[in-house]
Amino acid sequence: MMNASSSNQFTARHEVANDPARVHSIEQQLLEAMTERGYNETSAFAVRLALQEALSNAFQHGNNGEQDKLAIVTFQVNEREVIVEVEDQGNGFSPESVPDPTADENLTIPSGRGIMLMRSFMTDVQFIPPGNRVRMSYTNPGEAS
Amino acid sequence: MTSAASRLRVLEHEGIVTIEFVDRNILDEANIKQIGEEIGQIIDSHEQPKILISFENVDHLSSSALGTLITLNNKIESKNGQLRLAEIDEQIHQIFLITKLNKIFEIHETTEAARRSFS
Repeated sequence: MMNASSSNQFTARHEVANDPARVHSIEQQLLEAMTERGYNETSAFAVRLALQEALSNAFQHGNNGEQDKLAIVTFQVNEREVIVEVEDQGNGFSPESVPDPTADENLTIPSGRGIMLMRSFMTDVQFIPPGNRVRMSYTNPGEAS
Repeated sequence: MTSAASRLRVLEHEGIVTIEFVDRNILDEANIKQIGEEIGQIIDSHEQPKILISFENVDHLSSSALGTLITLNNKIESKNGQLRLAEIDEQIHQIFLITKLNKIFEIHETTEAARRSFS
């Protein structure tokens, strides 16, 4: 784990296994950094959800549930923007290949909504080829012009 | 019906099983799995289950939790039962709207309204 902060920017990098306690502590660190920089509860809800979904995808799909594989989480937080990246140790995937979970015929399928939620709650979401790394940004509505 | 290890508070009254969550955040995969199994057992033990799930204490949930709710709804429908959801926080309600799951779940503002809606 590496952390760095200046007066307005906090950065951290974690290599994390699929361990709920570790994931929780990383979430808490991110949320504290956001709160300290003026983000409200709505923003915290959005970023936390996106981080959860990205990590869930990394562990379940990217790392294929293999417990010895890790996800690398990095984040940068300043008053204007939060950037979160999650990288897994898988071979990547094409996000376009994921069926639309809101199509009537897919509504009763239990999985496949994580990417949609990430895109809905974050300002921007990019899957970096080959698709085993996602970069998500969130602009603080209170700071947006 | 609850136990020390349960993630749920369960009350059965006049044929309707009302379920509340112990956890404020329904995010952790292990907890979600346990919640799914516990509610699954309740469904199994009723011929035509009438299940009301209250989200009153819930601040956060993930797509995995949505998946579990869908699986439970499918199971209830297969037994010609009924599922109602209630007391959903505004941000969590947004998740249901974005995913269009409000089309398959019957969502009520209050547990009272949900209780009255059972046929």
